[in-house]
Amino acid sequence: MEIIFAIAIGVLYAVSVYLLLRRSIVKLILGIMFLSNATNLLLFTSGGLSKGKPAFIEKGSNVPEPGIADPLPQALILTAIVIGFGIIAFTLVLTYKYYSKTGTEDLDKVQETDQFE
Amino acid sequence: MKGMLTLPILIPLIAIPILLVIKNNRIKRIISISATAALVVVSVHLLQTVQQSGIQVMNIGNWSAPIGIPIVIDLYSAIMLIMAGIIGFCISIYASKNIGSQRENHHFHPLFHALLLGVNGAFITGDIFNLFVWFEVMLMASFCLLILGNERAQLEGAIKYITMSLISSFLFVAGIGLIYGETGTLNMADLARIIEDDDAMLMNTSAMLFFIAFGIKAAIFPFFYWLPASYHTPPAAVSALFAGLLTKVGVYAMVRFFTLFFVHNDAFWHTLLLVVAGATMFIGVIMAASQNDIRRILSFHIISQIGYMIMGLGIFTPLAISGAIYFTFHNVMAKTNTFLVAGIINSLKGSYHIKTLGGLYKQHPLVAFIFFIPAMALAGLPPLSGFFAKFVLVKAGLESNEYLITFVALLVSIITLFSMVKIWGHAFWKSEENGEHDSTRRPALTLVIPCVLLCCISAGIGIGANYCLELTTSAAEQLLDKKHYVEAVLKISEHENPH
Repeated sequence: MEIIFAIAIGVLYAVSVYLLLRRSIVKLILGIMFLSNATNLLLFTSGGLSKGKPAFIEKGSNVPEPGIADPLPQALILTAIVIGFGIIAFTLVLTYKYYSKTGTEDLDKVQETDQFE
Repeated sequence: MKGMLTLPILIPLIAIPILLVIKNNRIKRIISISATAALVVVSVHLLQTVQQSGIQVMNIGNWSAPIGIPIVIDLYSAIMLIMAGIIGFCISIYASKNIGSQRENHHFHPLFHALLLGVNGAFITGDIFNLFVWFEVMLMASFCLLILGNERAQLEGAIKYITMSLISSFLFVAGIGLIYGETGTLNMADLARIIEDDDAMLMNTSAMLFFIAFGIKAAIFPFFYWLPASYHTPPAAVSALFAGLLTKVGVYAMVRFFTLFFVHNDAFWHTLLLVVAGATMFIGVIMAASQNDIRRILSFHIISQIGYMIMGLGIFTPLAISGAIYFTFHNVMAKTNTFLVAGIINSLKGSYHIKTLGGLYKQHPLVAFIFFIPAMALAGLPPLSGFFAKFVLVKAGLESNEYLITFVALLVSIITLFSMVKIWGHAFWKSEENGEHDSTRRPALTLVIPCVLLCCISAGIGIGANYCLELTTSAAEQLLDKKHYVEAVLKISEHENPH
């Protein structure tokens, strides 16, 4: 089970690095999205995987059964997903603004602020 | 009494909604200034409390420590809080003139307080995931502040800044995931207890992920390219705020992590930190010396000065860490001040370019004076603060036989002086080329007051270096004696919650 997740995470990271290195800003944003999802999956997997045992305490008992899924990584991922979602929305609007102002989305042309005067 | 500890995040949190609903800009400014003044008072009080009765801990929601999220304030946190408070106060005064009513109508003030909220939260949290959340609060506010105004250069700088920040954030989360998988806890004190003598491979992996994540935020070599590409694009008040606070939060997190729990494998880590520190300070200052825009010179300077703080961490003796803390405080005061003065120069002359500027010394001696003080403090002339900061770091370097980094630090200091003299010579001493000087133009008082205040602090902590160094040395000892921290966080929670 873990090995499948590990491969999936690796593929996602590879895809994201590839996209981050492209020249188009839209692809850059896609790369950031992949990076965010790969990281969330990594967070999820590193907490340990368990099959068919949700993080609930049975009715009538006060302590959880041994071997249930760790609820903490799930809570952390929820936070990370929400933050990631907000950030992606922000970046998309930023790119749109930049595009409507300059008419380009080529990262090689984004070099005005690095110009040596 | 314990509720005091939440005030550094509660004050901005209350200020944000109030500032959002108020329409009148004048009232907004008054609220903004008084909220930041309250922050300074609260953080000074917190420092006194920590000095008298040790590390202060409060568990949010009364959940005991390894489960719940604690607020932990030790001397280092308290010093950083005071620093953030002072910078917030000065910039809220400066911004009331500099930022312009259009940006104020578009919610500059709430964003400014959101940024302070994130910074203060990062300084006082005792949980690494919570630290990530505060980082994101801070980053989101800084993204919005950076693009406020929608100028082309701002959008362009924002693309670079945001991309690098996001990559750093995700590396941070990946590090959190790995460290949680290994130890099963996210509480800093609990981590420090568990990672004792642990040399697992995975620990080094997550340490490296954290190092890169904080390195990007602190703009160390080789992750600094986003900083000079974006910091000079927003208005001076925002530039100064970023220059003062943002990178230092990265440095704070790095110092916290590498003194509290990543202390194994120190031969490798301390060598790496020293190499990175040397490269950061040297490359930063060389790049600075070649620029012609005042704000770009100062932006590259930020990078160079971060190197000194990392150097203190790399040498890793109480004296060196103490020097690093003192240096951080001094640097934030002086660096913010130079950015603010650059803004005044722009408001007088309409340019940041040193080739077109000139004659400022003759026309505006007061502006020349408030630039001279922080510039010389940065270059390290006694009796200003920079001299003692560098002196302590160099002394610590020589004591632990780190001659190479000490040599680089001294060399960089000379080039720093050169680039400050470059600004001084061109903008202040050189006679103006097209000498149409409008003698009626005076710098606005609201712009000058915060600069004078910061000048006084720069001179004050230089003259009172003895007292300040005593304080930072006890902060450094507290950092290095991590047993203190662990006991304070974990014991109190047992006491409060006997189950």
